[in-house]
Amino acid sequence: MSQEVAIVGIGYTSFRPLTPEVSYKELVYEAAVKAYEDAGLDPRSDVDSIVSVAEDFTEGTSIFDEYVPDQLGGMLKPNVTIPGDGIHGLATAYMQIASGIVDVVAVEAHSKASNVLTLPRITAYAMDPVLNRPLRANPVFIAGMEMNRYLYTSGATREHCALVVAKNKRNALLNPAAAFGAALEPDQALDSEMVAYPLSVVDISPHADGAIVVVLASAEVAQSLTDVPIWIRGIGWCNDSPSLENRAWGRAIYAEEAGRMAYRTAGIRNAMDEIDLAEIDDAYSYKELQHLEALGFCEYGRGGFLTADGVTEIEGALPVNASGGSIGGGHLLDASGLRAVVEVALQLRGEAGAHQIPGVETGLAFGWRGVPSTSGAAVILSS
Amino acid sequence: MTVKIDKFPGVYLHESDFEQGRVLYNTWDPQAQYAWDAGIAIGRYLSELKQGHLVGVRCNQCRRTVVPPRAFCEWCFRPMDDWVNLPDTGTVNTFSLCYVTWDMQYLTEPQIPAVIDIDGTRPSVGIMHLLGDVDPKKVHIGMRVQAVWKPEEERTGSILDIRHFKPV
Repeated sequence: MSQEVAIVGIGYTSFRPLTPEVSYKELVYEAAVKAYEDAGLDPRSDVDSIVSVAEDFTEGTSIFDEYVPDQLGGMLKPNVTIPGDGIHGLATAYMQIASGIVDVVAVEAHSKASNVLTLPRITAYAMDPVLNRPLRANPVFIAGMEMNRYLYTSGATREHCALVVAKNKRNALLNPAAAFGAALEPDQALDSEMVAYPLSVVDISPHADGAIVVVLASAEVAQSLTDVPIWIRGIGWCNDSPSLENRAWGRAIYAEEAGRMAYRTAGIRNAMDEIDLAEIDDAYSYKELQHLEALGFCEYGRGGFLTADGVTEIEGALPVNASGGSIGGGHLLDASGLRAVVEVALQLRGEAGAHQIPGVETGLAFGWRGVPSTSGAAVILSS
Repeated sequence: MTVKIDKFPGVYLHESDFEQGRVLYNTWDPQAQYAWDAGIAIGRYLSELKQGHLVGVRCNQCRRTVVPPRAFCEWCFRPMDDWVNLPDTGTVNTFSLCYVTWDMQYLTEPQIPAVIDIDGTRPSVGIMHLLGDVDPKKVHIGMRVQAVWKPEEERTGSILDIRHFKPV
């Protein structure tokens, strides 16, 4: 690849169910100040370009990129806002630097999910208006159908999914930024209320508010700024067909392809051997298993058994969502993928606090855009 | 060009084709509702408006005083320093006479949106509002105006607590 790119600054707010005391601009400003302080940069003089991730429908404001620059110190600089996952934003910033047109880029994503009063209706807007929307079903049914087919074809069970819930909620207890930590037993998870069979209420990650800013720099600048640059070794993204009628319900093919692209660009041949930890989308409990398999950490259908064997625990061979993920940390809409990036980067720096995994050098972050999408993005980071 | 053509080639569509289901289509009414947290700066701005006060903020680094207030200076990227009470008078920076409503109804009496540079801001910055109690023909850039407040019991903590600005 051309120019090498590293993460040199990390800033984030705590993730909370409600943030009534601050506007989204003030929330983002907090994350931005922390990220620039972490990088040792003055955004007004040292940052060349801004990439943000936002969806007009969840912001409630059209042409949302207009409202981005102020709180990031990005006024009168190149700005672009992408309606995608945070890792799509990271990829865009990566390309700006790798192509040599800029040296320092800030990537921002946030969630003010608590401000969207009709969030399921907004999600329903992502469905085909002629073929699917007239059924007037809450789009959570899509996760229910996908889980149902996945369990049917893979051999994974609801018990395996409950293990994911219990693990991620327990991990979140060690993460001060996480919103929904709990000492939940897998049995309690299994007994929780059904929302869209076989998906129960605890299988669904609850939404949270929060903001994240990550600063990227070219190799030369990165090495002048920090002793612990976190290198972007590979990145990949993929969309499957949107059709609810014709998609592969049991498999996350978009994740397989996004992972393949990331591994190819990083030169990784065996994910399980070469990657020390993963923060992967767990918007729904079964998604962690499905994504674990799709990203090549195990054979299809083995994710649940891997989880039951403790492999994905913080002490296991491949810790998955040591931060608590979305189930323990709160789902941050399209900022969720960037939160995964932050967690991997902190782990590789050795700054993850109570949930630090010892001796990690390479990690993977993967984001998915939620129902009804088949849109995913993966990044490989190394210290 | 098209004036000379009596009848265009092709099949004509009529309203009745849609009404009688010969042409099929779907409709959808959006249900997008939001409650944006005003936050620290705008929250105080709105509560001061409810009291009948206009407030701005000052940055001691770039020495600007701006309204509406913000928590941080977008030029200096640092927190704003002081709250500043501002008068409710100012000067028309720019305006338009708008003859259509936002659902495209024609107006014979225009709405007059304007940016009013508020006295005491530096460099002069304005707030977006409407002009009223004025003959549209007499509105001009540089016109001195003052806020017309709603009665206290009708104020809700909104920019509409100022009904409009009128000439002084």
